[in-house]
Amino acid sequence: MTAHAQAAHLETSTGLDNRKLAIWTFIGSECMFFATLISNYLVNKGRSLVGPYPHEPWTSPAGQHFEPIFEIPLVTLGTALLLFSSLFVVLALSGAQRGNRKALLGWLAATLACGIFFVGMQVYEFTHFVHRGLGFTTNLFGSSFYTLTGFHGTHVTIGVIWLATLWVDALRGRLQPHRALNLEMAALYWHFVDVVWIIIFPVVYLIK
Amino acid sequence: MDAHVTGTAHTEHSHPTAGLYFKVGLVLFVLTALEVGLYEITYGEHAGSFAPTIKPLFVPMLLLLSAAKFALVAMFYMHLKQDHKLFSGVFVFPLIIAIFIVVALIVLQAYHFSFARAG
Amino acid sequence: MATRVLDQHHAQAPAHGDKTGVWSWITTVDHKRIGLLYGATAFFFFLLGGVEALLLRIQLGSPENTFLSAETYNQLFTMHGTTMIFLAIMPLSAMFFNYLIPLQIGARDVAFPRLNAFSYWVFLLGGLFLNASFLFGAAPDQGWFGYANLTSKQYSPGLNVDFWTLGLQILGIASLAAAVNFFVTILNMRAPGMTLMRMPMFVWMSFITQVLLLLAFPVITVALILLMYDRFFGSSFFVPAGGGDPLLWQHLFWIFGHPEVYILILPAFGIVSEVLPVFSRKPLFGYAAMVFSGVFIAFLGFGVWSHHMFSTGMGPLADTFFALTTMLIAIPTGVKIFNWIGTMWGGSLQYKTPLLFAIGFIAMFIIGGLSGVMHSSPPADLQQTDTYFVVAHFHYVLFGGSIFGLTAGAYYWWPKMFGRLLNERLGKLHFWLMLIGFNLTFFPMHFVGLHGMPRRVYTYPEGLGFDLMNQIETAGSFVLTVAFLVFLYNIFQTSRQPANAPADPWNGATLEWSIPSPPPEFNFAEIPTVRGRDALWETKRQRGSTLPEPARVSGAGIHMPNPSYWPLVTAVGVLAVFVSLMVMGYTGVWGVAASIALLFLGVYKWAYEPAG
Repeated sequence: MTAHAQAAHLETSTGLDNRKLAIWTFIGSECMFFATLISNYLVNKGRSLVGPYPHEPWTSPAGQHFEPIFEIPLVTLGTALLLFSSLFVVLALSGAQRGNRKALLGWLAATLACGIFFVGMQVYEFTHFVHRGLGFTTNLFGSSFYTLTGFHGTHVTIGVIWLATLWVDALRGRLQPHRALNLEMAALYWHFVDVVWIIIFPVVYLIK
Repeated sequence: MDAHVTGTAHTEHSHPTAGLYFKVGLVLFVLTALEVGLYEITYGEHAGSFAPTIKPLFVPMLLLLSAAKFALVAMFYMHLKQDHKLFSGVFVFPLIIAIFIVVALIVLQAYHFSFARAG
Repeated sequence: MATRVLDQHHAQAPAHGDKTGVWSWITTVDHKRIGLLYGATAFFFFLLGGVEALLLRIQLGSPENTFLSAETYNQLFTMHGTTMIFLAIMPLSAMFFNYLIPLQIGARDVAFPRLNAFSYWVFLLGGLFLNASFLFGAAPDQGWFGYANLTSKQYSPGLNVDFWTLGLQILGIASLAAAVNFFVTILNMRAPGMTLMRMPMFVWMSFITQVLLLLAFPVITVALILLMYDRFFGSSFFVPAGGGDPLLWQHLFWIFGHPEVYILILPAFGIVSEVLPVFSRKPLFGYAAMVFSGVFIAFLGFGVWSHHMFSTGMGPLADTFFALTTMLIAIPTGVKIFNWIGTMWGGSLQYKTPLLFAIGFIAMFIIGGLSGVMHSSPPADLQQTDTYFVVAHFHYVLFGGSIFGLTAGAYYWWPKMFGRLLNERLGKLHFWLMLIGFNLTFFPMHFVGLHGMPRRVYTYPEGLGFDLMNQIETAGSFVLTVAFLVFLYNIFQTSRQPANAPADPWNGATLEWSIPSPPPEFNFAEIPTVRGRDALWETKRQRGSTLPEPARVSGAGIHMPNPSYWPLVTAVGVLAVFVSLMVMGYTGVWGVAASIALLFLGVYKWAYEPAG
């Protein structure tokens, strides 16, 4: 059987590790998953029969007034944190590959903190929106928005669990340089989740 | 992709330094700030007299900014610039199909509804 | 016959870690065993789908028939289509992917053996879930394509659509996992000297199929999620009253659905491309053209989907675009057909059963391709769509194409898999009965279709001119039934023969014929070095003679991956999640949470278990 992340000599046809190729293949497939969700959001844009709306105020037939639902400052903060978490996980990986356990643990913890904050921000945002009148079935905008960002948030959560598991591994001294590929795979997944948000943020929140 | 290449793939000659990663992070932050700034001056509370001129360019500029962020994360954080080209291929090919699908659905839907309205 | 050490209970020599018993099959990670599991399960579902079809044909055998109620009819045609596509053709292809890809590229197993086992178990559980709907009298009844808004809660209040939606999600997971596996395996585990352009054509077509799976399945995953949300949570993605658009479902479904039909046919293309050269004693004509036409078909296959929607009023611009791309995609297909004929031309044809089915494939697929090209013209399609003309077309390509191709593969590789050659006389009888029965059943459908007989309706009135044709079709379906009984009899009789088939009964061109039949667990005692296309013919040519029967060696010192039951546990976790969604009314969110916990347990244990 071919090597498991042993040092330099991989006997694969491409010279590349099976598992690294596998995670990239999965990421390629996930591009189509999120493309479809984003398409769904975009084709439904502007077609809601009732408000609340993302960028426009709305008064219901019953006379209730709704402000535009999006709150850009909070989501911008989350976006920035997610971007920084990508930086942090790269530094953590670098630490793992060089055998620097302190760097690994520190930067990975920072990554986790950002990821957890992002998820928390999303949960807060969702609850807040529901409070302000945008439920899942209120209108097409609500359904599409919650579905798209909800699936993204679920992916972030899975990433947090994955990275947290690796952090515990690192704490127990089980993430040595020759096993750094495990973190590299999780990091690639994490970056992809960040890259999807890089698209969602302007397309959903900033484009009217 | 030829037969039996020994592990040359991951002896990177120009391995990015932490400094490079920080610089990329800073650029990402600046680009994000630009995105939000662009939004604010076009549609936000700080929308000034430039807003009407910017509006038709808003979406292309925003997409350009986010494409730049996307490329930076992909090339530097996900290491595609240094890695074997196969990884880039495995990522970019689905991306092309994905972009086509998104654009096709938007166009089809817009055309379908305008066509239907025209009777 | 080579001398072999025979274990007193088994017909094959014990290889390294040879295991017997049910537990060894449950924990197997051996690609060959997983391939056989896929094959047996898929064949069972294929027969089930066939019975469903037979019942449909009995109902349609005479006008105003009362053999089946309308509702039962709807369930049967839905399940027939869903079963044949997802539980028969795709997993039969998977049997060949599993068994052959490592052998043909000179590898000992796939890249991720446990992921491979996981794919099989998820498929099995998904197929059982889907068919469990019959036990509730609520089999899916909305057509295999599930058009909105018939599928909305308002028009389909029962469990039928839920079984379908969730069942397909489960099956999608199996396909995606397998696709990642084979994609990596083919790229990364080829024997030394086997460049991409020296791979067997079956491996190439399989590789392209994996790419299609990876790109198409996520789209239907989202479509099914949106449908599920509409039905379970009251959203309105496809409900006009809430602002949604039923046409969006059609777009999303067919963006998946069209690549899906290439997923269904490409493996058969690959099999035929293996059989024809061997039985023509001539290399495949135009290897490079075959590769590039396959790649072109796959790529373009993402640009033709709305030819399934010509009657939905998309507008002349959309109609024209998709008509053009659809006509364009006929070209690479035509290239393949000419290359297959070119392979046989001037060859020394050995008219054994595999070749007969391969030739039948070419003839039937040409007919199916011609009716397909007729569909590509929107005005012509307006007459053809939703009639039996379309039913004729896709049965010619899926049955006349995929099934004939898969059957050719079965006869061809049976000796390798089971160490026994299927009986030739029975095989030829099977072929002729199948060819005649198939054409009797489906050729008249071209005519009744153009005369206006609609699809998916449980009966038709007398005197419309459909009666005689339908009688012929029903008679044909009984001939087909006899054909399959002959095949079953052949399989049964063959299983009672001693397993003493030679390694290379057909003078094969590819590496699987260089190892014993059936192969030992570790496949190759020594990983071969490949010196050209048609690697084995190249080796025989360099030796100047045929190869001796390979000896059975013990395989001691060759390390194979350990068996594991965590793939099965994880698969059960996947099933549990979807079942808990279905019964959320009873078990609530806690049921879902518990299922997710089981899923996580399976994944963690799997991840931390040494792969060996």
